[in-house]
Amino acid sequence: MNVLNEIVADQLRTDLPAIVPGDTVKVSAKVVEGNRERIQVFEGLVMRVRNSGIATTITVRRIASGVGVERTFKLHSPRIEKIEVVRHGEVRRAKLYFLRDRVGKAATTLRERR
Amino acid sequence: MSQHTIGLIGRKVGMTQVFQPDGTMVAVSVVEVTPNTVTRLRTPERDGYTAVQLGAGERRRLTKPVAGQLRDLPRVRTIREFRLDAVDGYTVGQQLSVGEVFAEGELVDVTGVSKGQGFAGTVKRHHFKRGPKTHGSDNYRKPGSIGPGTTPGRVYKGLRMGGHMGSERVTIKKLRVVRVDAERNLILVKGSVPGAPGALTFVKKA
Repeated sequence: MNVLNEIVADQLRTDLPAIVPGDTVKVSAKVVEGNRERIQVFEGLVMRVRNSGIATTITVRRIASGVGVERTFKLHSPRIEKIEVVRHGEVRRAKLYFLRDRVGKAATTLRERR
Repeated sequence: MSQHTIGLIGRKVGMTQVFQPDGTMVAVSVVEVTPNTVTRLRTPERDGYTAVQLGAGERRRLTKPVAGQLRDLPRVRTIREFRLDAVDGYTVGQQLSVGEVFAEGELVDVTGVSKGQGFAGTVKRHHFKRGPKTHGSDNYRKPGSIGPGTTPGRVYKGLRMGGHMGSERVTIKKLRVVRVDAERNLILVKGSVPGAPGALTFVKKA
């Protein structure tokens, strides 16, 4: 296992903030449109964090034009420019799947932590 | 293209994932290939065929015949031959490391012994369809009919049935070399490779 961790060690990012479920984050991801590359910002609630070393992912959920949109980002991907934590929400579980059943304001806001 | 290419002896370390320069992620198998020693050259004049014999690993006690052959060479654990068209450029005692033999982007064939699965039924061993699990079915994982009746009165040879699965030599062909780590003596190939971590593995140019 040790060697396997060494291989990916230089690809692990250390410039990212700690992210936990319930946080509202702004993810700046690089997207290619035709032959142009630009940065797209996706803001929403962190619904789940899947810890898996280099393959760690976060799933961010937001309501766009009345439709729930979930995007999963590979946290250590070089395609991610930066991630900002906007606010911390208070949650009592690790996977916030209950957000999918919520509508309106309840779907996008959680009580602030601290 | 010649079918006789050089290969090296290594050990499977395991699997992980790495990011590519374009941001995509690939699953890779890691094979540790410590420098191999050329232990003998096979030539048509002497042996009737052309090959290099390589040794890898380390062994404290050697059998006398092996010790006699190796003499001053490192006491290698594993000895294997790779057939070649010509042995020019190879000398006995020469060390071959991953960095010298393989390069990123190349295609390789990887050989190993697959994980033993014990006695496996037809569903797992031959990808048969299984029967329904409910609605009164008792045909969960049965093989079904295995042939006609009185004529011919026997089961055809070669019929796929349950039996021992795995623990056999398997070669996965044309795997892309994702990275060669000369410093750590590692080679990363895209996809899976037969065997359990620690298993003897042969990496050969495709």
